[in-house]
Amino acid sequence: MYRTMRRIRRFEETAEVAYRAAKMRGALHFYIGEEASATGVCAALNEGDFITSTHRGHGHCIAKGARLDKMMAELYGRTTGYCGGKGGSMHIADVASGNLGANGIVGAGVPIAVGAALGSKLRNDGKVTVCFFGDAAGPTGAFHEGVNMGSVLNVPVVFVCENNQYGMATHTEYANAAPVGDRGPAYGMPSERIDGNDVFEVYARAKVAIDRARNGEGPTLIETITYRQKGHTIHDSKGYRDEEEIAKWIARDPIERFKRVALEAKALTDEDLQAIDDEVEEAITQAEEFAEASPWPTLDAIEQDVYV
Amino acid sequence: MAVTSAPDAPAQAATRQIFMSQALHEALDEEMARDPNVFVMGEEVGIWGGAYNVTAGLLEKWGEARIIDTPISEAAIGGAAVGAAVTGCRPVAEFMYSDFMGIAMDQIVNQAAKNRYMFGGAAKLPITYRAPFGAGTGNAAQHTQSLEAWFAHVPGLKVVTCSSPHDAKGLLKSSIREDNVVVFFEHKAIYSMRGPVPEDEYTIPLGLADVKREGSDVSVVTYARQVHYALEAAEQLAGEGIDVEVVDVRTLYPLDVDTILASVNKTNHAVVVYEAARFGGFGAEIASQIQEHGFDDLDAPVLRVAGSHSPIPFSEPLEKGAIPDPERIAAAIRESLQGSR
Ligand SMILES: Cc1ncc(C[n+]2csc(CCOP(=O)(O)OP(=O)(O)O)c2C)c(N)n1
Ligand SMILES: [Mg+2]
Repeated sequence: MYRTMRRIRRFEETAEVAYRAAKMRGALHFYIGEEASATGVCAALNEGDFITSTHRGHGHCIAKGARLDKMMAELYGRTTGYCGGKGGSMHIADVASGNLGANGIVGAGVPIAVGAALGSKLRNDGKVTVCFFGDAAGPTGAFHEGVNMGSVLNVPVVFVCENNQYGMATHTEYANAAPVGDRGPAYGMPSERIDGNDVFEVYARAKVAIDRARNGEGPTLIETITYRQKGHTIHDSKGYRDEEEIAKWIARDPIERFKRVALEAKALTDEDLQAIDDEVEEAITQAEEFAEASPWPTLDAIEQDVYV
Repeated sequence: MAVTSAPDAPAQAATRQIFMSQALHEALDEEMARDPNVFVMGEEVGIWGGAYNVTAGLLEKWGEARIIDTPISEAAIGGAAVGAAVTGCRPVAEFMYSDFMGIAMDQIVNQAAKNRYMFGGAAKLPITYRAPFGAGTGNAAQHTQSLEAWFAHVPGLKVVTCSSPHDAKGLLKSSIREDNVVVFFEHKAIYSMRGPVPEDEYTIPLGLADVKREGSDVSVVTYARQVHYALEAAEQLAGEGIDVEVVDVRTLYPLDVDTILASVNKTNHAVVVYEAARFGGFGAEIASQIQEHGFDDLDAPVLRVAGSHSPIPFSEPLEKGAIPDPERIAAAIRESLQGSR
């Protein structure tokens, strides 16, 4: 799990540098500070299980097993990217690894996840779908309709609300009449609010919910409480959060916390961690080189893949 | 209504150069001052100041009661505007991107557009739905669409676009004062374009096209950002001795067919330009109006330059290739004139 969190962090830090060097364009939403959420949840999934993701999707994608080189190439808009350059950062899907796709529409993944789980139920394939969404999807109609339908159809889905405290500049408590993680009873399913910066807790609680879903006992709603350390997008430099709040959460950084716990428990040594860091660094360098060397798409691609 | 007309009547009055986003901001601010029933609601219109800065500072000036940050709830934004309007308010409801209007479609199309008619003319719905649209920003398929034809097709909605700070301000003010439902589209690639805007108050009536460049050889009929591409094409072609007229229709519904026909009557050639997918796009309506009412004036078929039949791709070369540009407009103009010169 450390490796995964580290891969997410370094992927995004590297993408930020490339973006600022004008090698990329469009929107770039960083998951930095939230890595434990995707990492803990996806570690509890089996290969072949499904996820739906959001506009802030790099972490979900990497945690589900995506290749860094194809992701980086997608951010660069190159043919070798996961979507041949047609999607970009906000629209990466890696269907082979079970990632049904990031989404530019807040809340839209909720009904889609229910449908994927419905398919699993019909095929009886034993798979579970995890639906990741942000706290600001709590107010959407798609959330309500999707969660309710998932419950009444009793499909194997786990709803994971990643509460990073904000949707753009809007505080989660302003936008949600009640926390998403308290709403389970309203939909006839268990729900809980957990520490989203503690990868061990996330893993343990997700495992319970995923096992429940796999056993045909229905959906669970989990709210992982975390924090968006960076701005909403790379362009966000607005001062709607106070420095103290940001500093408080940086002190609870999920990767640093993991390190502390692992070292104290003597489960890992500094050398172990360094070895993982080195390995990640190599993969990141390779991904960047791959992206930079990849060809741009040609105009004939524009109208390809609109239909089968 | 106090009306001063389009920019072709050169404003004697003092002007200043401002961004389109500022011009829209002024329209909102002035209409809020003029009418206490006007209020603004939408996602991030307050603290953030609007995704494209249009509402920046309005929260501080007018307060939370009239500059309302909403949760991410497009259906509720669309519908709350209906309820507020029928009970006496004059809401300006903002969708952060027009792509998200799909979520509010029932409220806009089945509720707002039909309320007055269904209920026998009982109600008045002075709603303005504002929304950024269009490509060119690398925002990919779900943040770049041009969906204006969807709305122009719905009886009960007026649809307005703008191509300059001057037009943006005058048209938005009229839209807010309008007692019907207006869908007001702002092309996101031109928010930061500057242009002259009068110091004094003015409005521009809905339903009036504007000739942005006079010419005698061919009429390019378009709107929003494509007006600028058409003007660039016209400049290029001037060097080849081709004199291009550029008609900015501005309001899609009601459409100023007379101004379009007058132009075609003069040039005998028409090229319609729009950024949305070509098939079934609003330009097809313009082309159809020209051939129905101006057939005898035409020396060549009405041509269209429009977007590809695809979602807008992310990668820069693909995105550029998916929408019209000055070169493609110029090529269509040459094609239109082939044989008649
Ligand atoms: C339906 C819809 N409305 C508005 C937006 C614009 N938008 C993109 S992300 C965002 C905030 C989302 O916040 P949250 O769901 O909490 O996710 P976070 O960005 O915090 O990860 C908004 C308003 C959108 N993409 N889709
Ligand atoms: Mg959030």
